[in-house]
Amino acid sequence: MTDRNIDILVIGAGPAGLAAAIAAREAGIQSLLVVDREKEPGGILRQCIHNGFGLHRFKEELTGPEYAQRDIDRAAELGIQIECSTMVLSVSPERCVTCVSPVNGFQRIQAKAVILAMGCRERPRGALCTPGTRCAGIYSAGTAQRFVNLEGVMPGKKVVILGSGDIGLIMARRMTLQGAEVLACVEIMPYSSGLNRNIVQCLQDYNIPLLLSHTVTDIQGLHRLEGVTVSEVDQNRKPVAGTEKHFGCDTLLLSCGLIPENELSLGAGVILSAATSGAVVDETFETNIPGIFACGNVLHVHDLVDHVSAESYKAGISAASFVRNRHDDLSYFAVADGTGVRGTVPQKIHRNVDCPVNLMFRPTGVYRNCSAVVECGNTEVCRKKSVIYTPGEMALITLKPEDLRNLTGSTLTVRIERN
Amino acid sequence: MDQIITCINCPVGCRMSVSLSDNGEFLSVTGNTCPRGAVYARQECTLPKRTITAVIPVEGCRMPLSVKTSAPIPKELIRDVMYVLGSLHIHTPVQAGQIIIPHVLETDADIVATRNLP
Repeated sequence: MTDRNIDILVIGAGPAGLAAAIAAREAGIQSLLVVDREKEPGGILRQCIHNGFGLHRFKEELTGPEYAQRDIDRAAELGIQIECSTMVLSVSPERCVTCVSPVNGFQRIQAKAVILAMGCRERPRGALCTPGTRCAGIYSAGTAQRFVNLEGVMPGKKVVILGSGDIGLIMARRMTLQGAEVLACVEIMPYSSGLNRNIVQCLQDYNIPLLLSHTVTDIQGLHRLEGVTVSEVDQNRKPVAGTEKHFGCDTLLLSCGLIPENELSLGAGVILSAATSGAVVDETFETNIPGIFACGNVLHVHDLVDHVSAESYKAGISAASFVRNRHDDLSYFAVADGTGVRGTVPQKIHRNVDCPVNLMFRPTGVYRNCSAVVECGNTEVCRKKSVIYTPGEMALITLKPEDLRNLTGSTLTVRIERN
Repeated sequence: MDQIITCINCPVGCRMSVSLSDNGEFLSVTGNTCPRGAVYARQECTLPKRTITAVIPVEGCRMPLSVKTSAPIPKELIRDVMYVLGSLHIHTPVQAGQIIIPHVLETDADIVATRNLP
Protein backbone atom coordinates (compact mmCIF):
# COMPACT_ATOMS: atom_id res chain seq x y z
CA MET A 1 0.00 0.00 0.00
CA THR A 2 1.31 3.44 -0.87
CA ASP A 3 0.60 6.62 0.99
CA ARG A 4 0.83 9.89 -0.89
CA ASN A 5 0.32 13.49 0.05
CA ILE A 6 -0.79 15.93 -2.63
CA ASP A 7 -2.37 19.37 -2.86
CA ILE A 8 -5.35 18.67 -5.14
CA LEU A 9 -6.91 15.39 -6.20
CA VAL A 10 -9.46 15.49 -9.03
CA ILE A 11 -11.81 12.49 -9.32
CA GLY A 12 -12.83 11.99 -12.95
CA ALA A 13 -10.95 12.87 -16.16
CA GLY A 14 -13.97 13.88 -18.22
CA PRO A 15 -14.53 17.47 -19.36
CA ALA A 16 -15.26 18.60 -15.76
CA GLY A 17 -12.21 17.01 -14.16
CA LEU A 18 -9.88 18.11 -16.96
CA ALA A 19 -11.08 21.73 -16.84
CA ALA A 20 -10.77 21.84 -13.05
CA ALA A 21 -7.25 20.37 -13.18
CA ILE A 22 -6.16 22.78 -15.92
CA ALA A 23 -7.47 25.74 -13.92
CA ALA A 24 -5.74 24.57 -10.71
CA ARG A 25 -2.42 24.10 -12.51
CA GLU A 26 -2.71 27.46 -14.26
CA ALA A 27 -3.34 28.95 -10.81
CA GLY A 28 0.05 27.57 -9.75
CA ILE A 29 -0.77 24.25 -8.06
CA GLN A 30 2.09 21.86 -8.81
CA SER A 31 1.07 18.90 -6.68
CA LEU A 32 -2.00 17.81 -8.61
CA LEU A 33 -3.38 14.43 -9.66
CA VAL A 34 -6.38 13.41 -11.76
CA VAL A 35 -7.71 9.84 -11.46
CA ASP A 36 -10.24 8.10 -13.70
CA ARG A 37 -11.65 4.57 -13.72
CA GLU A 38 -11.63 4.35 -17.55
CA LYS A 39 -8.58 3.37 -19.60
CA GLU A 40 -8.31 6.80 -21.22
CA PRO A 41 -9.19 10.35 -20.21
CA GLY A 42 -12.09 12.19 -21.89
CA GLY A 43 -15.08 10.80 -20.03
CA ILE A 44 -18.39 10.37 -21.81
CA LEU A 45 -17.22 12.63 -24.69
CA ARG A 46 -15.16 9.71 -26.01
CA GLN A 47 -18.34 7.94 -27.08
CA CYS A 48 -20.20 11.08 -28.25
CA ILE A 49 -18.88 10.95 -31.81
CA HIS A 50 -21.57 13.31 -33.17
CA ASN A 51 -20.80 16.97 -33.71
CA GLY A 52 -22.17 20.11 -32.07
CA PHE A 53 -19.82 20.43 -29.09
CA GLY A 54 -17.86 23.58 -28.35
CA LEU A 55 -19.96 26.21 -30.15
CA HIS A 56 -19.85 28.53 -27.11
CA ARG A 57 -16.30 27.85 -26.01
CA PHE A 58 -14.43 27.44 -29.29
CA LYS A 59 -16.92 29.07 -31.70
CA GLU A 60 -16.83 25.95 -33.86
CA GLU A 61 -18.64 22.62 -33.97
CA LEU A 62 -16.51 19.75 -32.74
CA THR A 63 -17.26 16.08 -32.19
CA GLY A 64 -17.02 14.77 -28.62
CA PRO A 65 -13.60 13.12 -29.06
CA GLU A 66 -12.23 16.31 -30.66
CA TYR A 67 -13.53 18.47 -27.79
CA ALA A 68 -12.03 16.11 -25.20
CA GLN A 69 -8.70 16.02 -27.05
CA ARG A 70 -8.28 19.80 -26.72
CA ASP A 71 -8.45 19.51 -22.93
CA ILE A 72 -6.28 16.37 -22.90
CA ASP A 73 -3.65 18.18 -25.00
CA ARG A 74 -3.76 21.24 -22.74
CA ALA A 75 -3.41 19.05 -19.65
CA ALA A 76 -0.39 17.32 -21.23
CA GLU A 77 1.13 20.70 -22.12
CA LEU A 78 0.84 21.69 -18.46
CA GLY A 79 2.33 18.37 -17.35
CA ILE A 80 -0.78 17.37 -15.41
CA GLN A 81 -0.56 13.80 -14.13
CA ILE A 82 -3.59 11.68 -15.06
CA GLU A 83 -3.81 8.13 -13.69
CA CYS A 84 -6.37 6.03 -15.57
CA SER A 85 -7.82 2.59 -14.77
CA THR A 86 -7.98 3.88 -11.21
CA MET A 87 -11.14 3.31 -9.22
CA VAL A 88 -11.73 5.52 -6.22
CA LEU A 89 -13.20 3.52 -3.35
CA SER A 90 -13.80 6.22 -0.78
CA VAL A 91 -13.35 9.85 0.13
CA SER A 92 -13.22 10.79 3.81
CA PRO A 93 -14.38 14.14 5.23
CA GLU A 94 -10.68 14.76 6.02
CA ARG A 95 -9.99 14.41 2.27
CA CYS A 96 -8.22 11.09 2.50
CA VAL A 97 -8.99 9.18 -0.71
CA THR A 98 -8.55 5.44 -1.22
CA CYS A 99 -8.31 3.94 -4.69
CA VAL A 100 -7.16 0.84 -6.57
CA SER A 101 -5.53 0.32 -9.94
CA PRO A 102 -3.69 -2.52 -11.69
CA VAL A 103 -0.45 -0.50 -11.75
CA ASN A 104 -0.40 1.04 -8.27
CA GLY A 105 -2.54 -1.44 -6.35
CA PHE A 106 -4.27 -0.03 -3.30
CA GLN A 107 -3.37 3.57 -2.54
CA ARG A 108 -4.24 6.03 0.16
CA ILE A 109 -3.92 9.63 -0.98
CA GLN A 110 -4.19 12.53 1.44
CA ALA A 111 -5.20 15.69 -0.43
CA LYS A 112 -5.52 19.27 0.79
CA ALA A 113 -8.48 19.69 -1.59
CA VAL A 114 -10.60 17.18 -3.52
CA ILE A 115 -12.59 18.04 -6.64
CA LEU A 116 -15.52 15.71 -7.31
CA ALA A 117 -16.03 15.41 -11.09
CA MET A 118 -17.53 11.93 -11.48
CA GLY A 119 -20.33 12.86 -13.87
CA CYS A 120 -23.72 11.18 -13.97
CA ARG A 121 -25.34 7.92 -14.95
CA GLU A 122 -28.51 7.01 -16.81
CA ARG A 123 -31.81 6.13 -15.16
CA PRO A 124 -32.06 2.33 -15.49
CA ARG A 125 -35.03 0.12 -16.33
CA GLY A 126 -35.56 -0.74 -12.66
CA ALA A 127 -36.25 2.91 -11.89
CA LEU A 128 -38.93 3.12 -14.60
CA CYS A 129 -41.18 0.30 -13.33
CA THR A 130 -41.92 -0.90 -16.88
CA PRO A 131 -43.83 -4.21 -16.79
CA GLY A 132 -42.82 -7.28 -18.79
CA THR A 133 -40.16 -9.97 -18.92
CA ARG A 134 -36.53 -9.46 -17.98
CA CYS A 135 -35.06 -10.53 -21.31
CA ALA A 136 -31.82 -9.49 -23.01
CA GLY A 137 -31.87 -6.62 -25.49
CA ILE A 138 -32.79 -3.75 -23.15
CA TYR A 139 -30.08 -1.14 -22.78
CA SER A 140 -29.76 2.43 -21.66
CA ALA A 141 -29.11 4.64 -24.68
CA GLY A 142 -25.63 5.52 -23.41
CA THR A 143 -24.69 1.85 -23.03
CA ALA A 144 -25.74 1.24 -26.64
CA GLN A 145 -23.74 4.32 -27.65
CA ARG A 146 -20.67 2.87 -25.98
CA PHE A 147 -21.17 -0.49 -27.72
CA VAL A 148 -21.51 1.08 -31.17
CA ASN A 149 -18.99 3.90 -30.96
CA LEU A 150 -16.25 2.48 -28.75
CA GLU A 151 -16.58 -1.30 -28.79
CA GLY A 152 -17.59 -1.59 -32.46
CA VAL A 153 -20.60 -3.86 -31.91
CA MET A 154 -24.26 -3.28 -32.72
CA PRO A 155 -26.66 -4.09 -29.87
CA GLY A 156 -29.48 -5.11 -32.23
CA LYS A 157 -31.25 -4.76 -35.57
CA LYS A 158 -34.81 -3.58 -34.85
CA VAL A 159 -35.00 -0.89 -32.23
CA VAL A 160 -37.60 1.00 -30.19
CA ILE A 161 -36.43 3.94 -28.09
CA LEU A 162 -38.21 4.90 -24.87
CA GLY A 163 -37.67 8.54 -23.91
CA SER A 164 -36.82 11.40 -26.23
CA GLY A 165 -33.93 13.00 -24.39
CA ASP A 166 -31.01 14.05 -26.54
CA ILE A 167 -29.05 10.81 -26.03
CA GLY A 168 -32.07 8.79 -27.23
CA LEU A 169 -32.47 11.02 -30.29
CA ILE A 170 -28.76 10.86 -31.10
CA MET A 171 -28.88 7.05 -30.79
CA ALA A 172 -31.92 6.84 -33.09
CA ARG A 173 -29.79 8.41 -35.82
CA ARG A 174 -26.63 6.45 -34.97
CA MET A 175 -28.43 3.08 -35.02
CA THR A 176 -30.07 3.99 -38.35
CA LEU A 177 -26.83 5.14 -39.97
CA GLN A 178 -24.97 2.04 -38.75
CA GLY A 179 -27.57 -0.23 -40.32
CA ALA A 180 -30.35 -0.90 -37.78
CA GLU A 181 -34.03 -0.11 -38.22
CA VAL A 182 -35.49 2.27 -35.62
CA LEU A 183 -39.26 1.77 -35.44
CA ALA A 184 -40.25 4.59 -33.09
CA CYS A 185 -39.17 6.97 -30.38
CA VAL A 186 -41.73 6.87 -27.55
CA GLU A 187 -42.12 9.81 -25.12
CA ILE A 188 -44.46 9.78 -22.11
CA MET A 189 -44.65 13.60 -21.93
CA PRO A 190 -46.63 15.68 -24.46
CA TYR A 191 -43.32 17.31 -25.51
CA SER A 192 -39.76 16.13 -26.07
CA SER A 193 -37.03 17.29 -23.73
CA GLY A 194 -34.55 17.03 -26.62
CA LEU A 195 -33.30 19.92 -28.73
CA ASN A 196 -35.34 20.90 -31.82
CA ARG A 197 -32.17 20.39 -33.81
CA ASN A 198 -32.02 16.75 -32.73
CA ILE A 199 -35.72 16.09 -33.37
CA VAL A 200 -35.31 17.38 -36.93
CA GLN A 201 -31.90 15.92 -37.73
CA CYS A 202 -32.09 12.61 -35.84
CA LEU A 203 -35.77 11.61 -36.26
CA GLN A 204 -37.40 13.55 -39.11
CA ASP A 205 -34.42 13.12 -41.44
CA TYR A 206 -34.84 9.35 -41.17
CA ASN A 207 -38.66 9.26 -40.96
CA ILE A 208 -38.60 7.86 -37.41
CA PRO A 209 -41.96 8.54 -35.74
CA LEU A 210 -41.94 10.44 -32.42
CA LEU A 211 -44.89 9.19 -30.37
CA LEU A 212 -45.62 11.89 -27.77
CA SER A 213 -47.87 11.07 -24.76
CA HIS A 214 -47.05 7.38 -25.28
CA THR A 215 -45.11 4.88 -23.19
CA VAL A 216 -44.01 1.24 -23.23
CA THR A 217 -46.60 -0.77 -21.26
CA ASP A 218 -45.30 -4.29 -21.86
CA ILE A 219 -42.05 -6.01 -22.77
CA GLN A 220 -42.15 -9.47 -24.37
CA GLY A 221 -39.44 -12.09 -24.92
CA LEU A 222 -38.18 -15.13 -23.07
CA HIS A 223 -34.42 -14.95 -23.64
CA ARG A 224 -34.06 -12.09 -26.13
CA LEU A 225 -36.49 -9.21 -26.53
CA GLU A 226 -39.19 -10.05 -29.11
CA GLY A 227 -41.40 -7.00 -28.93
CA VAL A 228 -42.88 -4.18 -26.89
CA THR A 229 -46.41 -2.86 -26.41
CA VAL A 230 -46.78 0.91 -26.63
CA SER A 231 -49.87 2.71 -25.28
CA GLU A 232 -51.10 6.27 -25.30
CA VAL A 233 -51.20 7.98 -21.88
CA ASP A 234 -53.72 10.52 -20.54
CA GLN A 235 -52.78 13.85 -18.96
CA ASN A 236 -51.97 12.07 -15.69
CA ARG A 237 -49.52 9.86 -17.60
CA LYS A 238 -51.74 6.78 -17.08
CA PRO A 239 -52.01 4.36 -20.04
CA VAL A 240 -55.33 4.55 -21.92
CA ALA A 241 -56.93 1.10 -22.42
CA GLY A 242 -57.57 0.19 -26.03
CA THR A 243 -54.70 2.27 -27.46
CA GLU A 244 -52.09 -0.54 -27.40
CA LYS A 245 -49.82 -0.94 -30.43
CA HIS A 246 -47.36 -3.79 -30.84
CA PHE A 247 -43.83 -3.36 -32.18
CA GLY A 248 -41.78 -6.44 -33.04
CA CYS A 249 -38.19 -5.54 -32.08
CA ASP A 250 -35.03 -7.08 -30.64
CA THR A 251 -33.75 -3.99 -28.86
CA LEU A 252 -35.23 -1.40 -26.50
CA LEU A 253 -33.11 1.65 -25.67
CA LEU A 254 -33.93 3.75 -22.61
CA SER A 255 -33.28 7.48 -22.63
CA CYS A 256 -35.17 8.54 -19.53
CA GLY A 257 -32.97 10.96 -17.65
CA LEU A 258 -29.62 11.27 -15.94
CA ILE A 259 -28.71 11.09 -12.26
CA PRO A 260 -25.51 12.56 -10.76
CA GLU A 261 -23.24 9.79 -9.50
CA ASN A 262 -22.72 10.75 -5.87
CA GLU A 263 -21.89 7.58 -3.93
CA LEU A 264 -18.39 8.88 -3.13
CA SER A 265 -19.76 12.29 -2.16
CA LEU A 266 -22.23 10.75 0.29
CA GLY A 267 -19.44 8.69 1.85
CA ALA A 268 -17.56 11.92 2.49
CA GLY A 269 -20.57 13.43 4.26
CA VAL A 270 -21.41 15.83 1.42
CA ILE A 271 -24.99 17.10 1.66
CA LEU A 272 -27.01 16.61 -1.54
CA SER A 273 -29.84 18.75 -2.90
CA ALA A 274 -33.17 17.00 -3.49
CA ALA A 275 -33.77 19.18 -6.56
CA THR A 276 -30.48 18.49 -8.38
CA SER A 277 -29.38 15.16 -6.77
CA GLY A 278 -25.97 16.84 -6.65
CA ALA A 279 -24.05 18.50 -3.83
CA VAL A 280 -25.18 21.71 -2.15
CA VAL A 281 -22.41 24.19 -2.99
CA ASP A 282 -21.53 27.85 -2.63
CA GLU A 283 -20.42 30.11 -5.50
CA THR A 284 -16.88 28.69 -5.27
CA PHE A 285 -18.36 25.19 -5.82
CA GLU A 286 -17.25 24.14 -2.33
CA THR A 287 -19.56 21.62 -0.64
CA ASN A 288 -20.48 21.61 3.06
CA ILE A 289 -17.22 19.69 3.69
CA PRO A 290 -14.31 22.18 3.70
CA GLY A 291 -11.89 21.54 0.85
CA ILE A 292 -14.24 19.25 -1.11
CA PHE A 293 -15.52 20.82 -4.31
CA ALA A 294 -17.97 19.52 -6.94
CA CYS A 295 -18.46 20.47 -10.58
CA GLY A 296 -19.91 19.23 -13.88
CA ASN A 297 -22.64 16.61 -14.14
CA VAL A 298 -21.98 15.22 -10.66
CA LEU A 299 -23.13 18.60 -9.34
CA HIS A 300 -26.13 19.05 -11.64
CA VAL A 301 -26.96 17.65 -15.07
CA HIS A 302 -25.96 20.04 -17.87
CA ASP A 303 -27.17 20.22 -21.49
CA LEU A 304 -23.95 21.65 -22.91
CA VAL A 305 -20.39 20.54 -22.25
CA ASP A 306 -19.30 24.14 -22.80
CA HIS A 307 -21.10 25.03 -19.55
CA VAL A 308 -19.51 22.06 -17.78
CA SER A 309 -16.05 23.28 -18.75
CA ALA A 310 -16.72 26.88 -17.69
CA GLU A 311 -18.16 25.85 -14.32
CA SER A 312 -15.40 23.33 -13.61
CA TYR A 313 -12.67 25.81 -14.48
CA LYS A 314 -14.02 28.05 -11.71
CA ALA A 315 -14.12 25.10 -9.31
CA GLY A 316 -10.45 24.44 -10.10
CA ILE A 317 -9.51 28.05 -9.32
CA SER A 318 -11.45 27.88 -6.05
CA ALA A 319 -9.72 24.67 -4.99
CA ALA A 320 -6.34 26.27 -5.73
CA SER A 321 -7.10 29.29 -3.56
CA PHE A 322 -8.41 27.00 -0.81
CA VAL A 323 -5.07 25.16 -0.79
CA ARG A 324 -3.15 28.43 -0.56
CA ASN A 325 -5.14 30.34 2.03
CA ARG A 326 -8.38 28.86 3.14
CA HIS A 327 -11.14 31.39 3.66
CA ASP A 328 -13.10 31.23 6.87
CA ASP A 329 -15.83 33.60 5.88
CA LEU A 330 -19.01 31.80 6.77
CA SER A 331 -21.49 34.59 6.08
CA TYR A 332 -23.77 33.47 3.26
CA PHE A 333 -26.94 34.28 1.38
CA ALA A 334 -29.08 31.17 0.94
CA VAL A 335 -30.37 30.73 -2.62
CA ALA A 336 -33.93 29.42 -2.97
CA ASP A 337 -36.08 28.20 -5.88
CA GLY A 338 -39.18 30.36 -6.41
CA THR A 339 -42.12 30.01 -8.82
CA GLY A 340 -41.22 28.28 -12.07
CA VAL A 341 -37.67 27.46 -10.97
CA ARG A 342 -36.04 24.22 -9.84
CA GLY A 343 -32.55 23.16 -8.85
CA THR A 344 -30.73 26.50 -8.64
CA VAL A 345 -26.94 26.12 -8.31
CA PRO A 346 -25.12 27.39 -6.27
CA GLN A 347 -27.37 27.01 -3.25
CA LYS A 348 -25.45 29.60 -1.20
CA ILE A 349 -23.32 32.66 -1.94
CA HIS A 350 -20.76 34.41 0.26
CA ARG A 351 -22.12 37.83 1.25
CA ASN A 352 -18.84 39.55 0.41
CA VAL A 353 -18.34 37.81 -2.96
CA ASP A 354 -15.98 39.80 -5.21
CA CYS A 355 -16.61 38.31 -8.65
CA PRO A 356 -19.75 37.72 -10.75
CA VAL A 357 -21.81 34.64 -9.86
CA ASN A 358 -23.78 32.62 -12.39
CA LEU A 359 -27.03 31.24 -11.00
CA MET A 360 -28.02 28.17 -13.04
CA PHE A 361 -31.47 26.61 -12.84
CA ARG A 362 -34.12 24.57 -14.66
CA PRO A 363 -37.45 26.19 -15.52
CA THR A 364 -40.29 23.90 -14.38
CA GLY A 365 -42.33 24.42 -17.55
CA VAL A 366 -42.33 26.29 -20.85
CA TYR A 367 -42.46 30.06 -20.27
CA ARG A 368 -42.61 32.39 -23.27
CA ASN A 369 -41.63 36.08 -23.04
CA CYS A 370 -40.86 35.93 -19.34
CA SER A 371 -38.24 37.28 -16.98
CA ALA A 372 -36.10 35.47 -14.45
CA VAL A 373 -36.01 37.61 -11.31
CA VAL A 374 -33.70 37.38 -8.31
CA GLU A 375 -35.08 38.96 -5.12
CA CYS A 376 -33.87 39.44 -1.58
CA GLY A 377 -36.96 39.95 0.54
CA ASN A 378 -38.87 42.65 -1.32
CA THR A 379 -35.77 44.05 -3.03
CA GLU A 380 -35.23 43.12 -6.68
CA VAL A 381 -31.56 42.24 -7.16
CA CYS A 382 -31.42 41.27 -10.82
CA ARG A 383 -33.73 40.55 -13.77
CA LYS A 384 -33.24 38.83 -17.13
CA LYS A 385 -35.77 38.68 -19.95
CA SER A 386 -35.98 35.76 -22.34
CA VAL A 387 -38.10 34.88 -25.35
CA ILE A 388 -38.40 31.38 -23.92
CA TYR A 389 -37.53 29.40 -20.82
CA THR A 390 -37.95 25.62 -21.20
CA PRO A 391 -37.16 22.67 -18.92
CA GLY A 392 -34.91 21.23 -21.64
CA GLU A 393 -32.47 24.12 -21.40
CA MET A 394 -30.60 25.19 -18.32
CA ALA A 395 -31.15 28.88 -17.68
CA LEU A 396 -28.50 31.22 -16.39
CA ILE A 397 -28.62 34.61 -14.68
CA THR A 398 -25.49 36.50 -13.64
CA LEU A 399 -25.27 38.41 -10.35
CA LYS A 400 -22.68 41.17 -10.12
CA PRO A 401 -20.92 41.66 -6.75
CA GLU A 402 -22.37 45.18 -6.51
CA ASP A 403 -25.91 43.72 -6.86
CA LEU A 404 -25.36 41.99 -3.53
CA ARG A 405 -24.05 44.95 -1.50
CA ASN A 406 -26.30 46.62 1.09
CA LEU A 407 -28.88 43.82 1.09
CA THR A 408 -30.36 43.18 4.50
CA GLY A 409 -32.17 39.89 3.83
CA SER A 410 -30.59 36.46 4.11
CA THR A 411 -32.20 34.61 1.17
CA LEU A 412 -31.97 35.21 -2.57
CA THR A 413 -35.01 33.79 -4.36
CA VAL A 414 -34.99 33.02 -8.09
CA ARG A 415 -38.36 32.93 -9.84
CA ILE A 416 -39.88 33.30 -13.28
CA GLU A 417 -42.29 36.17 -13.80
CA ARG A 418 -44.65 36.68 -16.73
CA ASN A 419 -44.06 40.06 -18.39
CA MET B 1 -46.14 24.91 -53.13
CA ASP B 2 -45.86 25.31 -49.33
CA GLN B 3 -43.66 23.42 -46.92
CA ILE B 4 -43.96 23.50 -43.11
CA ILE B 5 -40.68 23.20 -41.18
CA THR B 6 -39.49 23.65 -37.60
CA CYS B 7 -36.65 26.07 -37.00
CA ILE B 8 -33.68 24.48 -35.21
CA ASN B 9 -31.72 27.61 -34.29
CA CYS B 10 -33.02 27.96 -30.72
CA PRO B 11 -35.43 26.34 -28.24
CA VAL B 12 -38.38 28.46 -29.44
CA GLY B 13 -38.65 26.13 -32.47
CA CYS B 14 -40.75 28.42 -34.71
CA ARG B 15 -43.09 26.59 -37.09
CA MET B 16 -42.36 28.23 -40.42
CA SER B 17 -44.29 28.07 -43.66
CA VAL B 18 -42.08 28.28 -46.74
CA SER B 19 -43.45 29.05 -50.22
CA LEU B 20 -41.59 27.47 -53.10
CA SER B 21 -42.13 27.93 -56.83
CA ASP B 22 -43.15 24.92 -58.95
CA ASN B 23 -39.53 24.24 -59.80
CA GLY B 24 -38.49 24.36 -56.15
CA GLU B 25 -37.13 27.90 -55.93
CA PHE B 26 -37.46 29.70 -52.61
CA LEU B 27 -40.10 32.45 -52.70
CA SER B 28 -40.92 33.50 -49.13
CA VAL B 29 -41.15 32.39 -45.51
CA THR B 30 -43.63 33.23 -42.74
CA GLY B 31 -43.79 32.22 -39.09
CA ASN B 32 -40.16 32.96 -38.24
CA THR B 33 -39.58 35.40 -35.39
CA CYS B 34 -35.99 36.32 -36.22
CA PRO B 35 -33.70 36.64 -39.28
CA ARG B 36 -31.82 33.45 -38.46
CA GLY B 37 -35.06 31.55 -39.09
CA ALA B 38 -35.34 32.96 -42.61
CA VAL B 39 -31.76 31.99 -43.46
CA TYR B 40 -32.33 28.46 -42.18
CA ALA B 41 -35.68 28.13 -44.01
CA ARG B 42 -34.14 29.10 -47.35
CA GLN B 43 -31.23 26.65 -46.96
CA GLU B 44 -33.36 23.81 -45.61
CA CYS B 45 -35.97 24.02 -48.37
CA THR B 46 -33.59 24.46 -51.29
CA LEU B 47 -30.42 22.50 -50.43
CA PRO B 48 -30.58 20.89 -46.97
CA LYS B 49 -27.13 19.88 -45.72
CA ARG B 50 -25.88 17.83 -42.78
CA THR B 51 -22.53 17.07 -41.17
CA ILE B 52 -22.32 13.29 -40.97
CA THR B 53 -20.43 11.44 -38.27
CA ALA B 54 -19.96 7.68 -38.16
CA VAL B 55 -17.77 4.86 -36.90
CA ILE B 56 -15.95 2.54 -39.30
CA PRO B 57 -14.19 -0.76 -38.63
CA VAL B 58 -10.37 -0.80 -38.65
CA GLU B 59 -8.50 -3.93 -39.63
CA GLY B 60 -6.70 -5.62 -36.77
CA CYS B 61 -8.20 -3.27 -34.19
CA ARG B 62 -11.17 -3.96 -31.95
CA MET B 63 -11.96 -0.31 -31.55
CA PRO B 64 -13.73 1.41 -34.44
CA LEU B 65 -12.56 4.74 -35.88
CA SER B 66 -14.85 7.75 -35.51
CA VAL B 67 -15.00 10.04 -38.54
CA LYS B 68 -16.90 13.09 -39.76
CA THR B 69 -17.46 15.00 -42.96
CA SER B 70 -15.26 18.12 -42.81
CA ALA B 71 -18.22 20.24 -43.99
CA PRO B 72 -21.97 19.67 -44.27
CA ILE B 73 -22.94 17.57 -47.30
CA PRO B 74 -26.27 17.51 -49.16
CA LYS B 75 -28.77 15.53 -47.09
CA GLU B 76 -29.69 13.29 -50.03
CA LEU B 77 -26.12 11.93 -50.07
CA ILE B 78 -26.16 10.62 -46.47
CA ARG B 79 -26.99 7.02 -47.41
CA ASP B 80 -24.43 6.98 -50.23
CA VAL B 81 -21.72 8.30 -47.91
CA MET B 82 -22.54 5.57 -45.38
CA TYR B 83 -22.19 2.93 -48.14
CA VAL B 84 -18.78 4.36 -49.09
CA LEU B 85 -17.69 4.27 -45.44
CA GLY B 86 -18.89 0.68 -45.07
CA SER B 87 -16.62 -0.52 -47.88
CA LEU B 88 -13.39 1.07 -46.59
CA HIS B 89 -10.35 -0.91 -45.48
CA ILE B 90 -8.50 1.15 -42.88
CA HIS B 91 -5.32 0.22 -41.03
CA THR B 92 -3.83 1.63 -37.84
CA PRO B 93 -2.25 3.99 -36.97
CA VAL B 94 -4.68 6.83 -37.62
CA GLN B 95 -4.26 10.38 -36.35
CA ALA B 96 -7.15 12.68 -35.45
CA GLY B 97 -7.58 15.12 -38.33
CA GLN B 98 -6.19 12.67 -40.91
CA ILE B 99 -8.10 12.73 -44.21
CA ILE B 100 -9.53 9.27 -44.87
CA ILE B 101 -11.32 10.12 -48.16
CA PRO B 102 -10.73 13.46 -49.90
CA HIS B 103 -13.78 15.05 -51.58
CA VAL B 104 -16.17 12.25 -50.74
CA LEU B 105 -18.62 11.60 -53.61
CA GLU B 106 -17.23 14.67 -55.40
CA THR B 107 -18.50 17.06 -52.72
CA ASP B 108 -16.31 19.74 -51.16
CA ALA B 109 -16.16 17.71 -47.93
CA ASP B 110 -13.49 15.23 -46.85
CA ILE B 111 -13.98 12.27 -44.54
CA VAL B 112 -11.75 13.08 -41.56
CA ALA B 113 -10.76 10.97 -38.54
CA THR B 114 -11.93 12.47 -35.23
CA ARG B 115 -9.76 10.39 -32.91
CA ASN B 116 -6.31 8.82 -32.71
CA LEU B 117 -6.02 5.07 -33.13
CA PRO B 118 -2.42 4.10 -32.36
